[in-house]
Amino acid sequence: MPHADHTPLYQKRVPIYTRSVKGKFRNFKNAVLVLAFTVFFLLPWLPWTRHSAANQAVMFDLTTRRFFIFDVVTYPQDIFWLAILLFIAAAFLFFVTGLIGRAWCGYFCFQTLWMDLFILIEHWIQGERPARLRLRRQPWNAERIVKIGSSHALMILISFWTGFTFVAYFTYAPQFLQDFFSGHAAGVSYYTVFLLMGTTYLCGGIAREQICIYMCPYARFQSVMYEKDTLAVNYDARRGEGTAGRMAPTAGLRSREERQAAGHGDCIDCGFCVQVCPTGIDIRRGLQYQCTSCGLCIDACNNIMDSVAYPRGLIRYDSEANLRSTDPVKPHLKWKHPIVIGPAVAIMIMVGGLVWLVEHRTVIEVQVQQVRQPLFVVLSDGRVRNRYMVHIVNKTEREEVFSIKVRGVPEHAIDLGHLPEIRVHAGRDLSFTAKVDLEHELAEHTHELTFVITAQSDPDDRVEREVHFDREHESH
Amino acid sequence: MSQDKAKSVNTTGHVWDDNLQELTNPLPMWWIWTFYITIVFSIIYWVMYPAWPIGHSYTKGVGNTITYTAKTVDGKDVQKTTHWNMRSKLMAEMNEHEAVQKQWFDKVAAMPFEEVSKNADLMSFVNSAGGSLFKDNCAPCHQAGGVGKIGFSPNLVDDVWIYGGTYDKIQETITLGRNGMMPTFRGVLPDAKIQQVGNYVLSLSGEPHNAEAAKAGDAIFHGEGGCHVCHGADAKGNPALGSANLTDKNWLWANVPGQATAEGKLGEVTKVITEGVSRGKMPTWGGRLKPEQIKVLTLYVHDSLGGGK
Repeated sequence: MPHADHTPLYQKRVPIYTRSVKGKFRNFKNAVLVLAFTVFFLLPWLPWTRHSAANQAVMFDLTTRRFFIFDVVTYPQDIFWLAILLFIAAAFLFFVTGLIGRAWCGYFCFQTLWMDLFILIEHWIQGERPARLRLRRQPWNAERIVKIGSSHALMILISFWTGFTFVAYFTYAPQFLQDFFSGHAAGVSYYTVFLLMGTTYLCGGIAREQICIYMCPYARFQSVMYEKDTLAVNYDARRGEGTAGRMAPTAGLRSREERQAAGHGDCIDCGFCVQVCPTGIDIRRGLQYQCTSCGLCIDACNNIMDSVAYPRGLIRYDSEANLRSTDPVKPHLKWKHPIVIGPAVAIMIMVGGLVWLVEHRTVIEVQVQQVRQPLFVVLSDGRVRNRYMVHIVNKTEREEVFSIKVRGVPEHAIDLGHLPEIRVHAGRDLSFTAKVDLEHELAEHTHELTFVITAQSDPDDRVEREVHFDREHESH
Repeated sequence: MSQDKAKSVNTTGHVWDDNLQELTNPLPMWWIWTFYITIVFSIIYWVMYPAWPIGHSYTKGVGNTITYTAKTVDGKDVQKTTHWNMRSKLMAEMNEHEAVQKQWFDKVAAMPFEEVSKNADLMSFVNSAGGSLFKDNCAPCHQAGGVGKIGFSPNLVDDVWIYGGTYDKIQETITLGRNGMMPTFRGVLPDAKIQQVGNYVLSLSGEPHNAEAAKAGDAIFHGEGGCHVCHGADAKGNPALGSANLTDKNWLWANVPGQATAEGKLGEVTKVITEGVSRGKMPTWGGRLKPEQIKVLTLYVHDSLGGGK
């Protein structure tokens, strides 16, 4: 087989030991990290007064098929809310990516957050990048075993708590804590906790950048949303390379004037931008699909520029169009693109729709359906009977008793069998048959009637359902 | 892509159509390990589940037996244990669902009819479980929704009950079946008299008829015809015998509502008198359905369709 060159089919993984960095992007990432972890890890423990379920503010109760989100209780029939929410999330991803590139990846993605935390642990226990590299070259002596072992033990512990917290959203957390450690929790909860512990540790502690580079589908399709005007982390090659390329600040090439005279750019080739990169790329080679747009190389470069007293922004958020332009301007957001405006409009419509739906949710759902087999039946005394299936869902948190009345026909025409009352438990539903019998004469003139359903606790709030009434045609 | 950039990417060297090339970016090493893991997985799968055909048989898999309860043709429960297969898995799952349903059936079985009918939760169960039992077993004759068919099976939605519409009577009807019949009057009464009786029967429920003939028919009905022996002197039938009430607007054997003309209606009635009824047979369900299933069906027929009065 003719090979142009003998590229190996498989590539060994190049280990990445990132250097820590200070700066505004690092600070922003830290803030997001603290906020996201605080919400995720503490939310299941937030109490909330409820009447028909455990006192937990956010609980996805699969057994009673109700999701409690503060004062909103959602039911399976509200699945459209979830569909709209997912749609908003997708449109928001498109919108942000069209505007400022893969901001999701660099600052908010779960993979980035857990990876950041686990790298932080390594930094705490094993030290800065050179120390970690040294440790790696050491034989497996006591120091290496203790340091590597304890950092991975800590990662596994955090992974366990991650899995535990996730499951705690689906059950009453304090009870779950007790049950879990006394061995009384459901088998599926152990399975889920340990599965998520394994995947969290595998993705955040071991696979790390391999997830972003080889596995993540979002990374791939975000790449095609870039426009020429999209802001992205870029290296200003014109300024950095000059005409004679980048150069270390050796003797005679220290001040900017000397370098410019010799044709060298501002990049002093310190390599810090590469050392801080969590995916191990060199941003100076241009925009690459591995770049998660985390901005740490900007922080690293700005620190170096400050120390050699060159202007900041050799690596910065800028657009491809502006970098190529002969007349570059200050980088700014350009939003006049279909990829930005389209999703923005869609988001506004969908958010409006979702808010409207949630605001107008009903606590009592009533369906009255005429039984169609048969549509009507003639009784022995000539009266005409129509039957209706009434289905009531009580979405309140209290047991309710309902009264079922008819309008448009005599009040006594309705027959609910032997049911003494229509009592529906909190969060449950009930269906029953209602029969309506009309005298032959009356039946001839009745085409419609109205069911009036009221909850005893709130007699003013009436639910009305208009239904057909059928009979044999006179022409027969 | 510019020429320069194209050169910096590794390719297989194959070129089609001048510039179409195949890239050879190396795969990460761990990728191939996931491939090996799938091979190991498939071997474990072969061992554990039915996999390889061998002649007319196949490898059955180990450590994955399924035990379920099945019914023999004579209605006995037998335990069966087989190797893993989808059909047995379905049977085992059906067993599980039956166990879940059983607690509801047991509740209904332990309570008197009237108590169940006052309990909205149990009636909700009766509506769904009874509904599917009805569709499976009763609908072939009584039609979807229990509407029945004139000349074949009674309508269960109206308020007419030939054998009585109480819970106990409906339960009795389902459990033991019924054998309704009416003798033929061919040769017993001459045709002219059958016509007169027919007119009388139509007059009872206010259908168009010849008043004179009906009057003569009245005498035959209560006299030489002997109709009143079964249908009663008031012609209102007798639930103990299953004889029909001839005074109401309900018809089971003679399709009077289906005929537009007076002659047609009379023809329907005289046909029944002439030929009698030999098809009024309801099979017995006592051996085929469990008592608790019959109880749920009884409640369904009585409350959801149209029992009582």
